[in-house]
Amino acid sequence: MALSRLASSSSRSADLLKPLCSAISLRRPISTDTTPITVETSVPFTSHQCDTPSRSVQTNAKELFTFFRDMALMRRMEIAADSLYKAKLIRGFCHLYDGQEAVAVGMEAAITKKDCIITAYRDHCTFVSRGGTLLEVFAELMGRQAGCSRGKGGSMHFYKKDSNFYGGHGIVGAQVPLGCGLAFAQKYSKDEAVTFALYGDGAANQGQLFEALNISALWDLPAILVCENNHYGMGTAEWRAAKSPAYYKRGDYAPGLKVDGMDAFAVKQACTFAKEHALKNGPIRGKSLSLVEAIKLTSSCSVCCAYMQILEMDTYRYHGHSMSDPGSTYRTRDEITGVRQERDPVERIRKLILSHDLATEKELKDIEKEIRKEVDDAIAQAKENPLPESSELFTNVYAKGLGVESFGADRKEVRAILP
Amino acid sequence: MAAIFQGVGAAAALSSSLSNSFDSKKFVSSPCRPFSVRKGASFAVVRSDGRVNLNPKGRRAQQLISNAVATKSDSAAASSSSKPGHELLLFEALQEGLEEEMERDIRVCVMGEDVGHYGGSYKVTKGLAKKFGDLRVLDTPIAENSFTGMGIGAAMTGLRPVVEGMNMGFLLLAFNQISNNCGMLHYTSGGQFTIPIVIRGPGGVGRQLGAEHSQRLESYFQSIPGIQMVACSTPYNAKGLMKAAIRSENPVILFEHVLLYNLKERIPDEDYICNLEEAEMVRPGEHVTILTYSRMRYHVMQAAKTLVNKGYDPEVIDIRSLKPFDLYTIGNSVKKTHRVLIVEECMRTGGIGASLIAAITENFNDYLDAPIMCLSSQDVPTPYAGTLEEVTVVQPAQIVTAVEQLCQ
Repeated sequence: MALSRLASSSSRSADLLKPLCSAISLRRPISTDTTPITVETSVPFTSHQCDTPSRSVQTNAKELFTFFRDMALMRRMEIAADSLYKAKLIRGFCHLYDGQEAVAVGMEAAITKKDCIITAYRDHCTFVSRGGTLLEVFAELMGRQAGCSRGKGGSMHFYKKDSNFYGGHGIVGAQVPLGCGLAFAQKYSKDEAVTFALYGDGAANQGQLFEALNISALWDLPAILVCENNHYGMGTAEWRAAKSPAYYKRGDYAPGLKVDGMDAFAVKQACTFAKEHALKNGPIRGKSLSLVEAIKLTSSCSVCCAYMQILEMDTYRYHGHSMSDPGSTYRTRDEITGVRQERDPVERIRKLILSHDLATEKELKDIEKEIRKEVDDAIAQAKENPLPESSELFTNVYAKGLGVESFGADRKEVRAILP
Repeated sequence: MAAIFQGVGAAAALSSSLSNSFDSKKFVSSPCRPFSVRKGASFAVVRSDGRVNLNPKGRRAQQLISNAVATKSDSAAASSSSKPGHELLLFEALQEGLEEEMERDIRVCVMGEDVGHYGGSYKVTKGLAKKFGDLRVLDTPIAENSFTGMGIGAAMTGLRPVVEGMNMGFLLLAFNQISNNCGMLHYTSGGQFTIPIVIRGPGGVGRQLGAEHSQRLESYFQSIPGIQMVACSTPYNAKGLMKAAIRSENPVILFEHVLLYNLKERIPDEDYICNLEEAEMVRPGEHVTILTYSRMRYHVMQAAKTLVNKGYDPEVIDIRSLKPFDLYTIGNSVKKTHRVLIVEECMRTGGIGASLIAAITENFNDYLDAPIMCLSSQDVPTPYAGTLEEVTVVQPAQIVTAVEQLCQ
């Protein structure tokens, strides 16, 4: 692999420095290197009613570093949230995403900000990948004014409208019909974008999911349902909750793909494939397909619908379901450490970077130190941030602010504040 | 909850020029007095006496000629406008309102069971699918939970869906979506998303439809924070409320009644809306305030005839806005008459009447001469047999007796 890089480097312009031969670490030019590197996904894709995308993924140094940095940041953020929760600065429910970072990062790499993402309550990292800042995250978790929802939402209600991140939902499965509604709006406004509606293996048994799937398939909506299968619905293992744990097949007529969710490149490949599939065969259908395309289409999905897809991400969470769940009563510690050793998404990228000689061990450690500092700074800033005013209680209940005061009949004297 | 009338002092000048054609209202309300300026107030309000306070930075050219109240005696006077108006049935009025809004704003779409090709089970959406196409008038499968959720998701992006429940009772299946997502998303997102959705459908006790098809959902939905609820009762206010609900940035639940769809009335030709938060003065009076809404309005008016013959002068107010209550109009009335009777179709326990009693007692206790009386339906599943069903809901004779008792 190093050889192929050296071979291609001969044609590169002179201003790109090789890290191998310099004792001075000059990270910046390396991390913006966009020469393609080909990476193989860990396992091949399995599909249901459609073709599988190729196992070879094109990437480059810049992307590798971005992935590493983003995932390490998310990891650090979630662990910091763990400590804050134990210090009682975060209250209520706190669902942590560490272990699953590859799904958020890989998905974001495959799409644009015009595409919509909606997910359930394990949303801190997805929010960050959509452009949320650490301050917004920590302030919201601690219920402060600078939070993304002004402190009124909490851990399960992160939203970022300007980058089409629609949250952030506490009730299991309820976000899937919302996601299909987003896809409907995209089709209605002819947006040429898609919606990724994420849900967990626990939510996969919800009726409203199949209802939404049916309607989306019927109406040809550019919706992609992504099952983040971390194998446990809170304390219940998937084989105890689902008769058929092959969630990617559950769509029946909808094409499905099973993806290794701990491999950011597999996720990226699958999401690119899914988006392409949805848009090409989707709402902008009506333009004539070439004969080749038409044959390909009919042969690959004979009975299925062309647009709706289900992606099952085989992933794992290290923490329990939430901070009140130790996570070890329904699974063994060996299992957790096993996954951490063999499939950890951040480690995988680290190994890739090192094996391609894009940075040294020390440089990566420096990046991590930087990240740690960033997170600590954000936490300190969030701690300084004030709590919401009492008057905030009544804002944003209604869009126009109907107010909660009642005047007496004469509107002059008698006034009551209604609860 | 109060209706807030945030008039701006300067608007008095504005309003006088606008209210010329509709100043023939004979309402007993407090004399015109400029309201104190409230910071941050900005929306158009139509007062029950016909004055319009315009929001200078209204979203569209809000030249809303709004006759918020149509009393029987005034409907003749209301056509002091040049056009004669046209007569239609209530479901046609709803359809007209919906059609006009769909023409006006391309973001308005309709979702529901059999609303498209079938034309709507109560013909409210008749002809719309042919006119606007399948993408704007959508026939959904029988999946209330998900299509209500989809409507809400679409509303989050800026579309303005009108979701129809074939019968309001079916919306119980979508309760999670309505309560958690529809009502609360504006709040939990810190104001990032508005949900301009309208959820509508017929409810109430019909003619022997059975228990499950005779439900009064307003009592279940009333605690959901973040939604507005209105109930229409005449073709005039049906069309006006439908249009206002569609234009509102808040989620609005519009309650229609199965038995009122064939009411006929003459309504104005021009564009008008009704204020979502305002009550309607049906019959001004002196002796007792009768608060009612939807179908019970007609039982009350029937009882009123008898009462007038007996020498009583009831003031009848159709509260229309079930959430929030228009405590301004109600309060004025209470101050005048000092006696309140609430006539509703909800069940005794936890209905709209129960909340209204609490609201009035808390705010206007000093003005009451007698405890508030509330006539509601019995706390039973609505039986099928005709005679039993009759006894379940409030009948005019009971209203007459109640007023007599109250005015002793």
